[in-house]
Amino acid sequence: MTSEKNNNYVLRNRPKSEKFIDLGFKNLTIAMSAMVAIVLFAIFIVVFVESTESMGRYGLRFLITSNWNPVTDEYGAFTAIYGTLVTSIASLVIAVPLGVGTAIFITENILPEKIRDLIGLMVELLAAIPSVVLGLWAVLVMEPFIRPLLILTYKTFGWIPFFSSEPMGPGMAPAILILVIMILPIITAISRDSLNQVPIKLRQAAYGVGATRWSAIFNVILPAAISGITGGILLALGRAMGETMAVTMIIGNSNNFSWSIMSPGYTISSMLANQFGEADGSQVSSLMYAAFILMILTLAVNIFAQWIVRRLSLKY
Amino acid sequence: MKKTDLTYKSNLTRNITSRAFTIIAGIFSFIAVLPLILVLMYIIFKGGSLISWDLLVLEPQPPGDDLGSAGGIGNAIVGTFIISGIASVIAVPIGIGGGIYLAEYSKGGSFARFIRFGTNVLSGIPSIIAGVFVYSIIVVTKIFLGSTFSGLAGGIALSIIMLPTVIKTTDEGLKLVPDDLRRGALGLGASMFTTILFITLPSAFRSIATGIVLGLARAAGETAPLIFTALFSYYHITSISDIFYEMSSLSVLIYNFALEPYEAQNELAWAASFVLVILLLGMNLFSRLISKIASNK
Repeated sequence: MTSEKNNNYVLRNRPKSEKFIDLGFKNLTIAMSAMVAIVLFAIFIVVFVESTESMGRYGLRFLITSNWNPVTDEYGAFTAIYGTLVTSIASLVIAVPLGVGTAIFITENILPEKIRDLIGLMVELLAAIPSVVLGLWAVLVMEPFIRPLLILTYKTFGWIPFFSSEPMGPGMAPAILILVIMILPIITAISRDSLNQVPIKLRQAAYGVGATRWSAIFNVILPAAISGITGGILLALGRAMGETMAVTMIIGNSNNFSWSIMSPGYTISSMLANQFGEADGSQVSSLMYAAFILMILTLAVNIFAQWIVRRLSLKY
Repeated sequence: MKKTDLTYKSNLTRNITSRAFTIIAGIFSFIAVLPLILVLMYIIFKGGSLISWDLLVLEPQPPGDDLGSAGGIGNAIVGTFIISGIASVIAVPIGIGGGIYLAEYSKGGSFARFIRFGTNVLSGIPSIIAGVFVYSIIVVTKIFLGSTFSGLAGGIALSIIMLPTVIKTTDEGLKLVPDDLRRGALGLGASMFTTILFITLPSAFRSIATGIVLGLARAAGETAPLIFTALFSYYHITSISDIFYEMSSLSVLIYNFALEPYEAQNELAWAASFVLVILLLGMNLFSRLISKIASNK
């Protein structure tokens, strides 16, 4: 009798085939998740190896010279680097107040819920419109429409180096505006999510001591959500730096350096899109060098974004 | 204290300031929504009015031949479907498998943390870099039957864009499945494999499907990785082996034809934008619908 009792709780004996399938499936999923790391490293290595020739020849001089001449084989990417930084930062300066303002408008109880959801949905749908379509619209509709405005800016503020050339069509200024449109949805969506996660008790406490809506927002709600909002802003900055199609179509693709945002320019990504297909020899290597710089820039911004979200996130 | 001291006074400075900020925020959200309305209106009126059956099935004509008929965008529509199909055939299984590992097997160790971090990094890499990468390892090396620019290379480039989205949503979807379901299945004697395949994956199906649709929508609208992987073709696909050759897509067609000096070609670009935007907006609204049904359950 006692021996029978012991047998009652023996675990089911797993057949060999089952063990094989279980282990095989586990290893398969490990291999698949490792694909992310493999692709990431492969991208890094390929872009780095392809750019070594140009790195060896120009070194850091590549970053600060702006001649780009396939005939004499002289390359420097300063125009493109300047364009990338100026367009992305300027678009961020415009898009942050718009995006965060919109996020506040659709999270705090200002409007009926239906309208709030509709505005949120519309801003998010804006993200679904592909870059190339926005580029088409920018070239054929927006740029001719805003040109008089840009000319007015030039005539009024032409003494400032940033506005010191006459707008003649495509240029960095319309590229900045189209970038604003493209990064607005990211900033708005992430800010909205962070604001929605602020505990309701914080709001109640703020209103309970007699704060007005906006003193509660500025002193309590925004500080509580700041980590998520900052992360979203940095994510948008990374997106703006790497954005290609709309910028390539509207920025004018010119390698002549100019401080002015009214004149045609280049970004690293637009240079790649424009020249990569027809490049050969050391031009390919120089383009790869530029691609490597772009990758390092976006990577740094992204890692910084992840770090700041972890660092700043408040614990309730 | 008088009773009037407790009522809302609309002309206090603090109340006026508060109202002013509300108005500013309202104006900001109006400005934020405005581009969508303007772009959509242009695409629907300008692109939508050009749509006809011929335009949807014909091939585009070489520029300048005949200003009256620019042909159609049929091959680009087919090409977009094929290239994004190839991308999802690659990215969906790998993404779901990777997500299963992260959510079901990993115990938060350094490998899993690194993969999650890598997923975020990969989704932040500019899409044109993915194009440059695929160009160097596939187009230049002629690794597939000696072909250079091909629809297949384009699909592979787009799969790199899709992969992080699918992994992330699978991981997050599976994490929402209650642990009781897993314990129940395992307690009944099911193997880990059967539990995942028949219990946890189906219960997370809706959020995974949302992720796949969103990733696909993002990939289908991409242009930058395609301009030097799939390139462009003026002709219809006739056989399956055509995936080893240059292939057209709606987005590259828009890019190529937007900057052409010919009016007829610009109109093709508007029409292609209409088709593409309707497609992508439809997919986005569809994914929203899926997740809405899921949250009502």
